[in-house]
Amino acid sequence: MKKMNFDIAVIGGGPAGLAAAIQARKEGAEKVLVIERDVELGGILQQCIHDGFGLHRFGKRMSGNEYAQEFIDELENTDIEVLLDTMVLEVTRDKVIYACNNKDGMMEIACKAVILAMGCRERTASQIQLMGYRPAGVLTAGSVQRYINMEGYLPGKKAVILGSGDIGLIMARRMTLEGMEVKGVYEVMPSPGGLTRNIVQCLDDYDIPLHLSTTVAKVHGKKRIEGVTVAKLDENRQIIPGTEEYIECDLLVLAVGLIPENELSVGCGIELDERTRGPVLDNHFMTSVPGIFACGNVAVVFDLVDYVSQSGEIAAKGAVAYMNGKLTGGEGTEYVHTVPAGNVNFIVPQKIVKGEECEVQLYMRVKHPDKKAVLEVSEDGQVTQTGRHPFVAPPEMISCTVKATGNADVIVDMKEGK
Amino acid sequence: MNKKEFVCIACPNSCKLTVWEEGGEIHVDGHGCKRGIDHGKNEYTNPMRMLTTTVAIEGGHHRRLSVSSTGEIPKNMISQCLDVLYAVKLVAPVKRGDVIAADICGTGVDIVASRTMKHV
Ligand SMILES: Cc1cc2nc3c(=O)[nH]c(=O)nc-3n(C[C@H](O)[C@H](O)[C@H](O)COP(=O)(O)OP(=O)(O)OC[C@H]3O[C@@H](n4cnc5c(N)ncnc54)[C@H](O)[C@@H]3O)c2cc1C
Ligand code: SF4
Repeated sequence: MKKMNFDIAVIGGGPAGLAAAIQARKEGAEKVLVIERDVELGGILQQCIHDGFGLHRFGKRMSGNEYAQEFIDELENTDIEVLLDTMVLEVTRDKVIYACNNKDGMMEIACKAVILAMGCRERTASQIQLMGYRPAGVLTAGSVQRYINMEGYLPGKKAVILGSGDIGLIMARRMTLEGMEVKGVYEVMPSPGGLTRNIVQCLDDYDIPLHLSTTVAKVHGKKRIEGVTVAKLDENRQIIPGTEEYIECDLLVLAVGLIPENELSVGCGIELDERTRGPVLDNHFMTSVPGIFACGNVAVVFDLVDYVSQSGEIAAKGAVAYMNGKLTGGEGTEYVHTVPAGNVNFIVPQKIVKGEECEVQLYMRVKHPDKKAVLEVSEDGQVTQTGRHPFVAPPEMISCTVKATGNADVIVDMKEGK
Repeated sequence: MNKKEFVCIACPNSCKLTVWEEGGEIHVDGHGCKRGIDHGKNEYTNPMRMLTTTVAIEGGHHRRLSVSSTGEIPKNMISQCLDVLYAVKLVAPVKRGDVIAADICGTGVDIVASRTMKHV
């Protein structure tokens, strides 16, 4: 087996991994490696050809792959090593990575610190309850995106979309532009999962109807999908009898949510957070295993790529500090916590190393939409910071910098608007 | 009087705008701030959109190359522009920023490659 040694290895070459690798090199790590299972760098962004990326970071609207290209170009001008077409199979608690590819076979890569940046995956048909057979023609929105935008296939002619997440909305427009007929978007919840601007620019612009509180009750067709039955739901998400309607289609697109890709993390015993479904992180984005860091969508589904890159940079700084013996982590370390209150659903990072007076970047989502909300941060009953939020909603992640003393839990409360 | 409804997307407030023409002037109602008036008027008179799509390419890792407009294009010209782009066939290598279609359909806007695709 081929054996290698690196200061820092980054698993995943999407925007999180690219930003982390570049930052780690800048911070002084000498031997940095990126391992990517795909044939090229860029991650999910390579299939996101629509614009709207990079507004925060570059102050302009870029397409996803253009945003990725900025980082790929920067990385190619460094001595960071890249292994493409290489799958990581295992990460151990001692920071040894087992990976394989066609050329080198199995590899054992020992590192001083590891950064997890594997992104997320989409929920599939087996993770939601769909009645009927399992015919061909039921695909996730991301697979449809890849087929159309990269491989140049149209996976159907008449599509029904289940779920109103942003990727589904974007694909509604994309399929229409490619000459497919999109019969409608069906959302189980009473409010849309995606951003208003995507509803306006992807559905309204093309007169594609959005049906809220409606689900796909049955999939018809044995070998190939022939149609679906949709039905209205009551407040308890039960089908209202008599509202069933048959819709002919040859493609059912699922846009029903994303889940962090944490098989490798679980494999090495990293503690996960039930709410984010990513690792529990400290203010350096270190996981519960010392020297293993996480960033991007593997940590929490960010959806805004600018935050993804930022999280990569935070994790890289942490990884280099760990490598230089400035951080320890693990059992011997004590922590204070970031505690969501009021309308705040979750916060990343979840904890702060006790006694570290610091400025920490917090990422959070609210539970329900609200206007004129006030974010109140407090420690030990003392309000340390407040901020106004004219509008908050679950699809829009909130990011803010908070000063922490490291001596007490940081309570983050989104108070209801008056 | 031809009333139209739009959702303002200039900020996340998502105000529901009603826009109509009366006495040679365009009126906007339902806006929460001034930006909504501009947005409503633009949408009513001349809605503009960015265009991102793909064109066929050979000799690269993938069979499609993503392209993007350098500025906004009148919404009613999008499908005309798409017809032009669907006829394009490229051969790798292509660099990000390479012009794929200059001044597309006389809009004054270029269509450029939004990624680099090396020859393989
Ligand atoms: C379909 C879709 C549409 C989106 N649209 C938008 C948008 O309009 N605007 C916006 O701002 N954001 C959007 N996003 C979000 C944004 O693209 C993501 O937040 C961002 O790409 C996440 O970056 P990442 O590096 O964490 O993950 P990814 O980009 O997913 O990269 C993870 C990489 O890790 C690799 N990998 C995983 N496991 C392994 C392994 N075991 N071994 C080796 N490599 C591995 C994968 O191949 C992948 O390349 C979208 C996301 C998706 C999924
Ligand atoms: S009208 Fe003003 S407040 Fe309302 S959505 Fe538009 S920009 Fe926001």
